[in-house]
Amino acid sequence: MIDGFIALYIFMLAAFTGYEVIARVPVILHTPLMSGSNFVHGIVLVGAMVALGRATTPVGQVIGFIGVVLAAGNAVGGYVVTERMLEMFKASGERKP
Amino acid sequence: MSDLISPSAASVLIQASYFVAAFLFIIGLKRMSSPRTARGGILWAGAGMLVATVVTFAWPGMQNYVLMLAGIGVGGVLAWITGKRVAMTDMPQMIALYNGMGGGAAAAIAAVELYKGGEHPLALYVLAVLGGLIGAVSFSGSLIAFAKLQGLIKRSIRYGGQQVVNLVILVGTLAVGALIIFNHDAGATAVTLFFLLALALGLLMTLPIGGADMPVVISLYNALTGLAVAFEGFVLNNAAMIIAGTVVGAAGTLLTQLMARAMNRSLGNVLFSGFGETAAAGGGEVQGSMKPIEASDAAVMMAFAQKAIVVPGYGMAVAQAQHKIWELAQQLQSRGVKVKFAIHPVAGRMPGHMNVLLAEAGVPYDLIHDLEEINAEFDTADVALIIGANDVVNPAARSDRSSPIFGMPILNADKAKNVIVIKRGQGTGFSGIENALFYLDQTRMLYGDGQAVAGQLVHAVKSV
Repeated sequence: MIDGFIALYIFMLAAFTGYEVIARVPVILHTPLMSGSNFVHGIVLVGAMVALGRATTPVGQVIGFIGVVLAAGNAVGGYVVTERMLEMFKASGERKP
Repeated sequence: MSDLISPSAASVLIQASYFVAAFLFIIGLKRMSSPRTARGGILWAGAGMLVATVVTFAWPGMQNYVLMLAGIGVGGVLAWITGKRVAMTDMPQMIALYNGMGGGAAAAIAAVELYKGGEHPLALYVLAVLGGLIGAVSFSGSLIAFAKLQGLIKRSIRYGGQQVVNLVILVGTLAVGALIIFNHDAGATAVTLFFLLALALGLLMTLPIGGADMPVVISLYNALTGLAVAFEGFVLNNAAMIIAGTVVGAAGTLLTQLMARAMNRSLGNVLFSGFGETAAAGGGEVQGSMKPIEASDAAVMMAFAQKAIVVPGYGMAVAQAQHKIWELAQQLQSRGVKVKFAIHPVAGRMPGHMNVLLAEAGVPYDLIHDLEEINAEFDTADVALIIGANDVVNPAARSDRSSPIFGMPILNADKAKNVIVIKRGQGTGFSGIENALFYLDQTRMLYGDGQAVAGQLVHAVKSV
């Protein structure tokens, strides 16, 4: 495990980063951004892979497998819908093809 | 710490890749917070995800690779197909669903580690249990949110003492969690009971919340999933999960607060009051009558206006009228009418839901204005066209202290010289509150299906 205080520092700095990155976002992007941050926590996939990879009992394998399926759904689904939404944002100058 | 600076080549490669992934996630989110760079932002974040996923296969000492690939295939393909197919109007529930899956995955990681048991530092057990609880609540809660928005659950289920029941379940879950934390050999039964209770908690917490409040709830569960992912990241000693999860947890919390504030309610009020559908009783009597208008007359009114402001609401999404509305706006523009779109922060079922729909129809984002930008302009507008919006333009929020929505910031559509309201029928809005705007002298009601009416308006404006 990453040592206690190092972990706390990472947690604190990442929390401030998240807050600051979003702080000045216009309302127009709230939905895509919620969707985008939803995609980012799809990183849980790598954790689910490791959990499944280290599982030795049938129970562990079944739950680990479910975890990987769900995590892959989060990552792929989150990416696809965010990309589709952002694809549509165009300024007056650039018309849809 | 020792793992972070482990000399093995695979370890260095993995840690370096996770570092790059975390960096790309933050850059991606940053770019997504401006309309001009947003499209690139998701690509950066996507690249980070790809790198992190691929190198994880090199994690030392793993097995079950076949199961792993099968799981990624099944989950990925299903999500790909549903994500590509879903209509823009149904986006909120799809995001809820994908978010719930992430929460479920975090809970699954916790379950695998807790069933395994063994001697680990106390902090690791605490984080595994907390992450498991939050992830499981986010999972079952998001599924309920999905079912409600998809129309699978029509009613909000409430009964006396509901909050006491929820509190008892929460305390029970925490007690079993504490048992697991302090007695590492508590056994599989305790772990199973813990997760069943946590899932039930998410279910029961979300059932009584009305559909109108779902945007806030989905955003909250998004933040919670981020937090659960971060906690499980500590358990697995995975820096990418810690950073990405924490960033999303913080950003999601801020986003949730912004939304709750836009509705003039505290988060606690959203979660525990059951406002969403029951507040129909409040609000004073409204004077006057609703005056109908024909599409042809409304078209003349708009065609000869100097400035028209369109206020869309959830009704526009339901009627799929956004394309026709944009066609109408273009017709008006070609006649020299200045057209703007005014979006209330909580119009629709998600923050910015209307922006997405209008963008889908091809409306450039510089025509779309939010509440602070446009409210002063209603004074100079000749026509305010309300389509499918209700509570967000109700002047009672400014004047009527007895109204349940008193104090909520609204769009001042009543300040426009003329108001045209496109509405399906004479009923009240989602909150069940009478709308004083509809009874004003300068207001005319244009009844009918949003898309059909907008189509009639387009034709009528053409022939003016």
